[in-house]
Amino acid sequence: MVELNLSRRQFLKLSGATAATLAIVELGFDDKRAYAKTKEFKIAKTTVTPTICCYCGVGCGILVHTKKNEVVYTEGDPDNPINEGKLCSKGTTLRQLYTSEKRLTKPLYRAPGSSKWEEKDWGWMLDTIAKRTKDTRDASFVEVENGITVNKTEKIASLGGAALDNEETYLLAKLMRGLGITYLEHQARI
Amino acid sequence: MTNHWNDLQHTDCALIIGANPAENHPISFRWLTKAKENGGKIVSVDPRFTRTSAQADVYAALRSGTDIPFIGGMINYAIQNNLIHKEYVVKYTNASFIVKEGYDFKDGLFSGYDQTKRAYDKTKWVIETTEDGKPVKDETLENPRSVFQLMKKHYSRYDVDTVTAVTGTPKDDYLKVCETFCSTGKVGKSGTIMYAMGTTQHTVGSQNVRIYAILQLLLGNIGLPGGGINAMRGESNVQGSTDFGLLFDNLTGYLAAPKATLPEHVTLKGYLEKETPKTGYWSNKPKFVVSLLKSWYGNNATADNEFGYQFLPKGNKNYSHINLFNAMYKGELEGAFMFGTNPVVGGPNAGKEKEALGNLKWMVAIDLWETETSAFWQTGAGSDPSKINTEVFLLPASASFEKEGSISNSSRWMQYRWKAIDSKGEARPDLDIIHELALKLKKLYANSPKSADKPFLFLDWNYGTGEVPDIDLVAKEINGYDLKTGKLLKTFGDLKDDGSTSSGNWIYSGFYPEEGKNLSKRRDNVDTGNANYLNWSFAWPANRRILYNRASADPSGQPWSKEKAVIWWDAAQKKWIGNDVPDFKAVTAPTEPGGTGAFMMNKDGVALLFAPTLNDGPFPEHYEPFESPVPNVFSSQQLNPATVIIEGDFNKKGGKAKYPIVGTTYRVSEHWQSGSMTRNQEWLSELAGHMFVEMSEEFAKERGIKNKDKIVVSSARGEIKAYAMVTKRFKPYNVNGKKVHQIGMPWHFGFKGFATGDTANRLTPHIGDANTMIPEFKAFLCDVRRAD
Ligand code: SF4
Repeated sequence: MVELNLSRRQFLKLSGATAATLAIVELGFDDKRAYAKTKEFKIAKTTVTPTICCYCGVGCGILVHTKKNEVVYTEGDPDNPINEGKLCSKGTTLRQLYTSEKRLTKPLYRAPGSSKWEEKDWGWMLDTIAKRTKDTRDASFVEVENGITVNKTEKIASLGGAALDNEETYLLAKLMRGLGITYLEHQARI
Repeated sequence: MTNHWNDLQHTDCALIIGANPAENHPISFRWLTKAKENGGKIVSVDPRFTRTSAQADVYAALRSGTDIPFIGGMINYAIQNNLIHKEYVVKYTNASFIVKEGYDFKDGLFSGYDQTKRAYDKTKWVIETTEDGKPVKDETLENPRSVFQLMKKHYSRYDVDTVTAVTGTPKDDYLKVCETFCSTGKVGKSGTIMYAMGTTQHTVGSQNVRIYAILQLLLGNIGLPGGGINAMRGESNVQGSTDFGLLFDNLTGYLAAPKATLPEHVTLKGYLEKETPKTGYWSNKPKFVVSLLKSWYGNNATADNEFGYQFLPKGNKNYSHINLFNAMYKGELEGAFMFGTNPVVGGPNAGKEKEALGNLKWMVAIDLWETETSAFWQTGAGSDPSKINTEVFLLPASASFEKEGSISNSSRWMQYRWKAIDSKGEARPDLDIIHELALKLKKLYANSPKSADKPFLFLDWNYGTGEVPDIDLVAKEINGYDLKTGKLLKTFGDLKDDGSTSSGNWIYSGFYPEEGKNLSKRRDNVDTGNANYLNWSFAWPANRRILYNRASADPSGQPWSKEKAVIWWDAAQKKWIGNDVPDFKAVTAPTEPGGTGAFMMNKDGVALLFAPTLNDGPFPEHYEPFESPVPNVFSSQQLNPATVIIEGDFNKKGGKAKYPIVGTTYRVSEHWQSGSMTRNQEWLSELAGHMFVEMSEEFAKERGIKNKDKIVVSSARGEIKAYAMVTKRFKPYNVNGKKVHQIGMPWHFGFKGFATGDTANRLTPHIGDANTMIPEFKAFLCDVRRAD
């Protein structure tokens, strides 16, 4: 369960103007009163979930207001000591990660030589990926090299992970090394 | 970061170099502004007058790739003007250690250099020891073979005139920086150095960081509030993903990946002997390694089978990014996974990296968007799809607030993100994708009698019974258990090397000390003292907020000054107390053996001014970038002698005759990295919608370019089009009497998303740092012309 400081949250809901100032001041709007009104209305019956900004390494806190499977509003988390409710332009627009029409919503497959994507279901995609992984691993696996046990494949690479959660990076490293993959890299290098 | 964001408010001077936090880590300025209100100063050193420079008290320009002369000169200045914190230097660094005969430095080369291998024999750089293995010291620092005297001599060559002739910094500005920052060497003052990729993305990137550390140690600035060396991370969890072993050479928690090239690594016993120092905290390494093996291989890891050590892959080469793409370019790779990464925009020499992808048989991309990388085969990328036979699988991933889990910021704070909403469409969390793929592979391999399949079959994978993994089980596995009692471990101090404990990442152990208590979820924001917020989230290691904080106290255990106190020895209670978790054994008195070893991770308990471990020398020395418009003034070694050079088509080199202009790359506030996250959103795309190249008025005039003109920038690797942005923020440098122009450009753009533009990394080279192989994005040669 989320251990939110409820009294602080109730206070913020009651004083829309304060919250609005905190949240949008970085974008330079100044029509505070009108905005406060719309915001009060918008977040009246929302669920509030704290998150941490997905962009830079500062780690600002953000509150995500949701209602019926819609992200209605996001704002700086006033309780997070790092940003105390402030956000930069990227943190401020977090909501658009959900609303953007460019979001991928289905698995896509591109066949060799093809000039287009095809929609596929998850089951087929993961089954096929697992097969490709196994085939490449099996054909390239080296158990012993110069008399030393090496248990590796040098034909598969795994890149990326700086945007993943710790738990995800842990499983990713465990799986890839578990398969014997040596080409394991991510954005810390670039 | 040794310190943390909130701690910046305590600094007397922030030297910001190789970074532009006002633009790229904007909220950091909340705390820098507080520091200013408290009387602190901000110094900005950058090739360009940035938004950070605009907030600074002192600004100095330097040509890209000249950090070592710049800071080397400050070291010289501090020593010559007696501004160093002498007692700190004597007690907490290896300044007093005597270096054995055999170490030497001549004309840009340290002793032990092998030209054919482009490598050093590091056994030539050794500290003299007594019979019982203790370093020989001279605490007067007068011995000519002491680290201090050798260092002093080394940087005496970095006098102000030579330095400014190389860096192109106006002399007055340079002296102002020296004076302002070196004033933090006084007891009662502290200064911080803040840096980012402007520092590391050079062929001397590691030594750039090293030289900052040396300066900070001389001024006694490490371990203090408002002090430290603070790397600002560009991605929300690049700290965590590095901690968790997503680089080829490290398992989790900075334990070395076993190598086939080291004969000792053939067995676990040999590996542990080779990798474990006899003294210092790393002497506990076997406990961390065996506990990790227990987490990965569970009951299949026993004392009889070296706890599964042989199941781990042993590589025989450097597998880092540049080499990875070189191998792919040569057709040596068959498959690749891309987890939220976009090398077709973000990789060096990106045109070649794009070509390389076409040599794969299959590629899996997991992302929120169709990126330039997953779409590399399309005509928009300049490819002919009919000629590209790579099979591409693109899996939609959940956004950060559509799932739960923790991330670690630059301050090492592990903060939790709760799930706010179900994933959009059919998108799924990476955790679920990785888990299901693992289960499917386990199924495919089930019952295989082949010995080659054993390592994978023995991999312990138990995260609940459903398709969706139980994240809590993952978190607890990371923390680790006492396997005898089944209880969660309270601290990594309880880890054992006999297989009776497990921990997936020892540096995080203790964040989940008992059932139901994941400390990364803590939201108590009461200031527990000095803005360390010990009850907010969890900071690794051991919830410590300021690393090396033992150094904030003098050898007798009392704070050097009241203003900068962190921890101190309480004789009555017989323990260290204060406002942070001590970076020290809490009950070791200052008078006991090791009681003054403020840098307990190092084998002699001191920080290393002389570091015989780096590939390119024990002291940082200046070499010019791979591509430079001028000869190296300091020696006849033009390029870092230990840098690996890939010859041929994969890494073409440009000369100054054809490409006389220094180029560099950077970011803007509205976009993030390769832009895939931000160029796919409406508002940010509108705020920063075009690829541009920034240049000085003087240069624009020379080339007949006006603001907003369409221009072409070319390098030996490729050409890009962009808009000219003519500004006062760049000025030509006077380098040794010669006028040198520099331009700069954002590297966010590509052909996908709402905001599109040419990719700056089509220009950058495939050359890396001598230690880390980080590409030299930040200094390359190019030329500019009008597009029409
Ligand atoms: S809101 Fe801005 S400063 Fe804060 S973490 Fe996000 S990107 Fe960084």
